Amino acid sequence: MTADLWTALFIAILAAFVGYEVISRVPVLLHTPLMSGSNFIHGIVLAGAIVALGIATTPLEQAVGLVAVIMGAMNVTGGYAVTVRILAMFDRTKRKGGAT
Amino acid sequence: MTAWVGTAIDAVYVVAVIAFILGLKAMSSPETARRGIVYAGMAMLAAVAATVFSPGLSNFTLIALGVIVGGGIGWYWARIVQMTAMPQMVAIFNGMGGGAAAAIAAVVLLSSIGNTAEASLSVAGAVIGSVSIAGSVIAFLKLQGWMRSKPIVLPARQPVNLAVLVVGVAFGIYSVARLDTVFLLPFFLLLLLYGVLLTLPIGGADMPVIISLFNALTGIAVALDGFALVNGALGDAGYGMVIAGVLVGAAGSLLTVLMARAMNRSIGNVIFGAFGATEETGVELQGSLKPIQVEDAAVMMAYANQVIIAPGYGMAVAQAQQPVKELADLLESKGVTVKFAIHPVAGRMPGHMNVLLAEAGVDYDKLLDRDEVNPEFAHTDVVLVIGANDVVNPAARRVGSPLQGMPILDVDQAKNVIVIKRGQGKGFAGIENDLFYKDNCRMLYGDAQQVVGKLVQALKRS
Repeated sequence: MTADLWTALFIAILAAFVGYEVISRVPVLLHTPLMSGSNFIHGIVLAGAIVALGIATTPLEQAVGLVAVIMGAMNVTGGYAVTVRILAMFDRTKRKGGAT
Repeated sequence: MTAWVGTAIDAVYVVAVIAFILGLKAMSSPETARRGIVYAGMAMLAAVAATVFSPGLSNFTLIALGVIVGGGIGWYWARIVQMTAMPQMVAIFNGMGGGAAAAIAAVVLLSSIGNTAEASLSVAGAVIGSVSIAGSVIAFLKLQGWMRSKPIVLPARQPVNLAVLVVGVAFGIYSVARLDTVFLLPFFLLLLLYGVLLTLPIGGADMPVIISLFNALTGIAVALDGFALVNGALGDAGYGMVIAGVLVGAAGSLLTVLMARAMNRSIGNVIFGAFGATEETGVELQGSLKPIQVEDAAVMMAYANQVIIAPGYGMAVAQAQQPVKELADLLESKGVTVKFAIHPVAGRMPGHMNVLLAEAGVDYDKLLDRDEVNPEFAHTDVVLVIGANDVVNPAARRVGSPLQGMPILDVDQAKNVIVIKRGQGKGFAGIENDLFYKDNCRMLYGDAQQVVGKLVQALKRS
């Protein structure tokens, strides 16, 4: 493995602990937005998909890259819109029909 | 290509990673969660936009086309869908992420199979991404009702599944070792098949665990792609993908464990156990099912000091959350204290009941977690169970029951229990519910929305 990959591995280990720590105190109430929000965050896959399509040269690579970009874009916009909609339900000030 | 562009891209990614971490952290409180996701969203937009300027890219027309088509579909679909369809929406958008991860790995394998480190990482990313998209699509079909949600158990399931996985991975390893892209097609097809086979035997009530597991898997697949791209075209910005992917992988794994623990089962048992495929036999229950009239149930609740409502998947199916909110308001106007008892795995995704009740406008301070609410039942006059079954089944305390050891809502300890249920069938787990036969339990049959509506009418008259 090259030095870059070792660096990435060290970073991955630290990120795993951060991920665990950051959400370990999330209440059951917010489990859905947590799941949906993390679903949105792995939408960063779109960046990888853009690069993959960007370096594609053969028609096959281009076709597969295009599929990657379409799916990645669906992940990121869908994940974001769903999370925002769900969190709007928990918003005390703007909620529809909500007497608090 | 000047050096400052690369530096600028990396800087954007550093800021984006900070926003992702803080965005997830903001999820620990309803007051901050919304702001957190908006900041994470802006960071995502900046990171994706910056990526387009990475050195050496072409095919910009196709990139724009893909972003517009995919982004448009995702955005539109997520905006128009009913709140009750949220579990399958989360499943399908997660599957898209897994599919994108697998497709990225495919491009890397096709274009640079000669680089062993990159290719090996891409094989790993492809394995996990393919399983995640295929599994998520099956979960989507089951949740959407386009496929039977009961476990589908094929003969010789375990050995066949294992063989499909092993042969599939072998094709991948062979491709990398022999620098031959011909075997990539069977590699991907077999892993997609494995994802399908893995998810078919998983039933509806286990969906909270499985949705959250596939979410974690997609995160890991994205991180593996990031690993592969750090050396290649994405450069240092690939670390951003690694961090975001691992962050989600860790968070998703923790949530998966929490869900499995809420049912007192191991993740292995959820995935491989085909739970709910067989029914418990040979247990004779004492007592009988005692129906109650709507008017009597309404009076019982109107004169109670405290009523606790325990909702389950039946409330979601019947879309009864709005009438339930009306019922709670009406009872409170009569001086009754109303609380909601939420089991962590009630419904089809983690936190499902909380979202539905919040949508109906129920204040989240009234939504109590299992551990908070269980001590309350002993001094509660009426518990209204709406479309929940296994999570309130005292059989969980009986040795030898398939539910044995599952932490339940102790609704049977209340003075009176009224159960709203569609029919006389068993719960998802195929187990008779001891609760229904208890002396303090009355059955109110019918569609949850209609029955709660009738309860509201009866309360208004009284």
